Amino acid sequence: MYNKKECVAMLLAGGQGSRLYALTKTVAKPAVPYGGKYRIIDFPLSNCVNSGIDTVGVLTQYQPLVLNEYVGNGQAWNLDRIHGGVHILPPYQTASGAQWYEGTANAIYQNLSFIDRYDPEYVVILSGDHIYKMDYSKMLQFHKEKGAECTIAVIDVPLHEASRFGIMFAHDDGSVYDFVEKPKEPKSTLASMGIYIFSYKTLKKYLIENENDKEATKDFGKNIIPALLQNGEKVYAYRFDGYWKDVGTIDSLWDANMELLAVDVDLDLYDTSWRIYSNNDSAAPHIIGEKAKINSSMVTNGCNINGTVDFSVISAGVTIEEGALVQYSVLFPGAVVKKGAVVEYAIVGEDSVIGENAHVGAAPETIENKDEWGVAVVGHELNVSDGASVAPKQIISESI
Amino acid sequence: MSYNMTNVLGLLFANTHEDSVPELSANRTIASIPFGGRFRMVDFLLSGMSNSGMSKVGVITRSNYQSLLDHIGSARPWDLARNDGGLTLLAPFGRNTHTGLFKGKLDALSSCLSYIRHTGCEYVVLSDCDLVINPDFTHLIDVHIESGADITAVCHTDNYTEEETRDAACFKVAPDGRVEAVSINRAMAGKRTMDLNIYAMKTSLLISLVEDLVSLGKFSFSTDVLQGMVHELNIHAYEFSGFYRRICDLESYYKANMALLDYKNLSQLMLRERPIYTKDRADAPAKYGFDSAVKNSMVANGCVIEGVVENSILFRGVRVEKGAVVKNSILMQDTVVGKDANVQNIITDKNVTVGDGVSVASAESCPLYIAKGRTVK
Repeated sequence: MYNKKECVAMLLAGGQGSRLYALTKTVAKPAVPYGGKYRIIDFPLSNCVNSGIDTVGVLTQYQPLVLNEYVGNGQAWNLDRIHGGVHILPPYQTASGAQWYEGTANAIYQNLSFIDRYDPEYVVILSGDHIYKMDYSKMLQFHKEKGAECTIAVIDVPLHEASRFGIMFAHDDGSVYDFVEKPKEPKSTLASMGIYIFSYKTLKKYLIENENDKEATKDFGKNIIPALLQNGEKVYAYRFDGYWKDVGTIDSLWDANMELLAVDVDLDLYDTSWRIYSNNDSAAPHIIGEKAKINSSMVTNGCNINGTVDFSVISAGVTIEEGALVQYSVLFPGAVVKKGAVVEYAIVGEDSVIGENAHVGAAPETIENKDEWGVAVVGHELNVSDGASVAPKQIISESI
Repeated sequence: MSYNMTNVLGLLFANTHEDSVPELSANRTIASIPFGGRFRMVDFLLSGMSNSGMSKVGVITRSNYQSLLDHIGSARPWDLARNDGGLTLLAPFGRNTHTGLFKGKLDALSSCLSYIRHTGCEYVVLSDCDLVINPDFTHLIDVHIESGADITAVCHTDNYTEEETRDAACFKVAPDGRVEAVSINRAMAGKRTMDLNIYAMKTSLLISLVEDLVSLGKFSFSTDVLQGMVHELNIHAYEFSGFYRRICDLESYYKANMALLDYKNLSQLMLRERPIYTKDRADAPAKYGFDSAVKNSMVANGCVIEGVVENSILFRGVRVEKGAVVKNSILMQDTVVGKDANVQNIITDKNVTVGDGVSVASAESCPLYIAKGRTVK
């Protein structure tokens, strides 16, 4: 069967996302809800399809069930194609044995035969950790123009945050001459976004070499990129200056949701020229009741709102009863906030129930010692009993 | 175990009753009239059939069906994109044997008899698309088989107004459930058992009725079958008891939408075990601004609200700008209400723009309709 594709995307979706604690206890990070009706993976998947990339391998390993069902046959992103389309790629057994994915590079290595089926010229490596809109076709164009073997998308970050990222050093023409993973004293502010385009022959060669190196940690940032630079391969940095947000921690996930509520949003989800698709249940539009008061918030289909909602992101099918107060919070799909309960500066997991007069989280101005303040988190499918409370910064993964 | 519903064919009449709501059906079929913030009328029956396990549905259409084609597409949202059967659109002039447009249901059915036969289904369920309802067809078929009736007709007993019975059949039902007499379009207020135009029967019976009656120049299902053969056929009344609304004019359309603001009604219609599916548009969630004041309203994804909204239904992508006031209104997809505009007792069709500062209002009992794409300055 003729199946050649110029460019195939590989989406690394197997990480545990341990810094999201209770929110990734039962779901992989890319399946964590965001922005009311999305899950994180909607962003790279929608970017792919909007960029004209119709073949995407989604590499899964940790808690894949929610993700598997969510991605399904890819129809929601128009990725149910006759040739290509979206494929879930878990680790599998071969004649030479069975092995879990041991690192980002090893995960791709184990799926070289998947990529080979499409005989591509280029491979885009993506992760399921970030919220952003990006036209990968422009980056591919840049990659071709530069005659690069590897192009790494980079974004300028404030110097004091640079130590959290892989930092690139590039000449004015974009060619990269050095790369430091999470430097203690950063000397550049060009952070890698974890988005790579490789010329496939080169990628394959380096992945095989890396796999044969018993010392290697089998990671793109730690092994593959340094090896390319060491051998003088043409590595280029592609500058991106749009909205890009890591949502790998409780605070950054909460922040990224709150940013959607700003008057001038940096991430326009209402722009129809670059839609973000998502796979949603059928539900009626939401109902705002007689007693409801709602401001500066986003509300999704299927909700029934009768309480007060301020500066919050409310996902599909949420119920907020009369007299309840929800502010500066993110409620995941199916959450219920009962009468008189207060949820503030918090994230409430899927289908969790906050009982009558319970109190989750607190406003920072009410806490004297600022170190004690943080976003409160209720995990998925939990009960917070009537009158119970969840302290700020507390993360619960069992019902209380 | 229930009957194998894949042997039940669904047939929907997309155009029937379109004269009753001329405003909304000017450019579309009854089936494709938008309803309830994000749905179209056909979604209720199609979802009901799909949820009941039926895998073959024919949608019979007569004219004005571009919007219906757009909406249904591959029928995948209703899970009816199947290799074998699924949804089939039955348009007029589909075959050479019949020329022109059909006059009644029997006439319409006679032009798709080959489709009906080809499905090989043992039973058939017929329905119009003027109902907001979430019917369980599995139960209907079980009752039909158990009763041994020739035809089972879904009906509802209630106090109806003159308007509601103007374009409807009413049954006189014996204690054993058999329909004894049928009155048609009598426009008489009072307690009536109204025919909801949903019928179950053997496919073979339907085929022979169509062949026999059409050859005699009889085209009306209600007059020539229900009324005309009420003694020959055992017609069983099936009392539907859940929430439903029938759209018989603009006012009933308005009221049926507003009925969804009562959560008791909505929760009877939107069942977790039998969802109502529709074509999705990938809109972001609705966004409420800093100064918005919204109460007792239904709001779909993609809306951006910065003004006041009360007792209203807002379809996908509606914008209500700062200082604007919307009350007792139905605003269809992508309606824009400009700054400081005032909209009361209005139904706007898709893509209507009410300019900044403009006031449009109607009397409470008589909602005013603004046609698709119009700009009110």
